Amino acid sequence: MTRRLEEPDYRRRLLHEMVRIRRFEEKCAELYSATKIRGFLHLYIGEEAGAVGIMQALQPEDAVVATYREHGHALARGISARALMAEMFGKVEGCCRGRGGSMHIFDAATRFYGGNAIVGGGLPLAAGLALADKMEGRDRVTACFFGEGAIAEGEFHESMNLAALWQLPVLFCCENNLYAMGTALRRSESETNLAVKAAAYDVPSWAVDGMDVAAVVEAAERAATAVRAGGGPYFLECRTYRFRAHSMYDPELYRAKQEVEEWKKRDPIATWMATLEAAGEIDAATLQRMDADVAAEIDDAIAFAEAGTLEPVADLERFVFSERGSE
Amino acid sequence: MSGAVKTTCREALRAAIREAMQRDSRVFLMGEDVGEYGGCFAVSKGLLDEFGPERIRDTPLSESVFVGAGIGAAMNGLRPIVEVMTVNFSLLALDQILNNAATILHMSGGQFNVPLVIRMATGGGRQLAAQHSHSLEGWYAHIPGIKVLTPGTIEDFRGMLWTALEDPDPVLIFENALLYNLEGELAEDAGPVDISKARVLRSGTSLSLFSYGGSIPKTLEAAVQLESRGIDPEVVDLRTLRPLDTATIIDSVRRTHRAVIVDEGWRSGSISAEIMARIMEESFYELDAPVARVCTAEVPLPYAKQMEDAALPRVETIIEAAMNVVGGNG
Ligand SMILES: Cc1ncc(C[n+]2csc(CCOP(=O)(O)OP(=O)(O)O)c2C)c(N)n1
Repeated sequence: MTRRLEEPDYRRRLLHEMVRIRRFEEKCAELYSATKIRGFLHLYIGEEAGAVGIMQALQPEDAVVATYREHGHALARGISARALMAEMFGKVEGCCRGRGGSMHIFDAATRFYGGNAIVGGGLPLAAGLALADKMEGRDRVTACFFGEGAIAEGEFHESMNLAALWQLPVLFCCENNLYAMGTALRRSESETNLAVKAAAYDVPSWAVDGMDVAAVVEAAERAATAVRAGGGPYFLECRTYRFRAHSMYDPELYRAKQEVEEWKKRDPIATWMATLEAAGEIDAATLQRMDADVAAEIDDAIAFAEAGTLEPVADLERFVFSERGSE
Repeated sequence: MSGAVKTTCREALRAAIREAMQRDSRVFLMGEDVGEYGGCFAVSKGLLDEFGPERIRDTPLSESVFVGAGIGAAMNGLRPIVEVMTVNFSLLALDQILNNAATILHMSGGQFNVPLVIRMATGGGRQLAAQHSHSLEGWYAHIPGIKVLTPGTIEDFRGMLWTALEDPDPVLIFENALLYNLEGELAEDAGPVDISKARVLRSGTSLSLFSYGGSIPKTLEAAVQLESRGIDPEVVDLRTLRPLDTATIIDSVRRTHRAVIVDEGWRSGSISAEIMARIMEESFYELDAPVARVCTAEVPLPYAKQMEDAALPRVETIIEAAMNVVGGNG
């Protein structure tokens, strides 16, 4: 076990991070119903241990590529709740000036390269970010998140092959929540053991219980260490489950309520909380304080987003091309 | 021209790549068979020996990932030149070109620019039939966020690449494959060229012939023959299809009052249609005749030579269109 994982402070921080994401997204769902947030909104609820665990293994100079289900990754990477919420409100104070919305979060400061709403579209990009690092001799890692649905896309296979062939420092993080919209893994893949696919490209792979944050931290640190040491790409599968609908418009006809309820028993937040309680590392007062802190942060983010301004329509054509002189 | 050398578009382009690699250590070339094979059109022949496999990078047959990797590498400090064998194959990378390269700057609110150059061969005339011969540059020019260059002269084969590499945004260069062997004189000190302006290759007063890429030599030849019939055509090389240099186009029309557009793309929804629209929008009352165009027939290009020839713009069809516009055909 990594030493940090034995420190109660650190263990509480992991809980805090997961709770932050959960509460943030619960608010997002409310704000969606209140029509403050529009467009597509994909919640990460149930999967928080993945982003929180994997980000632990990254350094500030590393890069992150994610998907349209990326609020958790953005928060765990250090993008402020304010910038994220303002983005979803479509305000110019948002991290992308309100141009990207929920599915397209970018942030140069934390090297967060999207937010990509094309399934599989981020993988080639991640290979390129890593290629530049390798050619420049920088020992950085690019963490690339995608769902198991992306594995059916050609871009997954092209990217795995190229990354392995050129030994690129990419940490491929497959968040296997068993469904791509309404298509169960077994209904879309002839081989459902995803590690076998990575192995076919000679990429070391590891499957981890994505509902157990400590297990994810450990697996991610092992994987990132291997990648950073020049071992080429690594494939980490986080076995997880989304508790909510695919997006806000999904009647969930494709799975049984019972199945969802079964998975909820493994809620990554509840189980981690129970672990910390059993170890005597949290008590009711700590939890209350944590909840209050998180609530205050999110309320502040919402107030910030509400008070935000709209980008002037006159700026519509800005950034189609770079503004010369600003580079 | 003092200190001019005889060369080909292929050699001029190779010189441009070599110069870029020497000038900037961040520049590298990647694509299918660019290294050991020497490039499918022999453009990069010899460069592997000179620069090594790190910078002359052979890729697997994976257009989507190597174009996407070019985008990522460009966003992370390098200056990649990605070579796609032909425009037809670029369709396998269209997701990366359109959904990533062209959109990320705008979508990220100006945070991430993509200084990437993608080169690819385009055009017909080599009896390669319907999966290797199309001219989709006008179609790419539909996309905001990328620049579309179409060199039609030896100067531009030599000079456009460096300017494209200095551009902060994605630039696509469409090289008409028939031009690689085109010979010409090039100044010994030829170097980077401006890519923001169309260029009047021949000034004239009777009508404007707008053309680009592989149609340039045909259009110039048509102009010579038109001259012998007492017509004085102006030839404008569009050079860059996005952003289009509307000012030069309109200026020419204001002087000649007649125009023919030569476009190797298909007629419907083409760049020639766009140019006609702009002429109509900005200089309708300057026109003495309806604008005409010479495009590729709206068919998948066939293999048999007489059929392919019939489908593509030719010197005779350009002359015929020009004669009609100046009223010389009855
Ligand atoms: C190329 C492409 N095809 C289809 C879609 C529509 N779509 C959006 S999300 C999704 C399911 C993806 O599932 P998965 O990769 O497992 O990720 P998850 O949504 O479960 O996080 C689909 C089909 C898309 N965005 N991109």
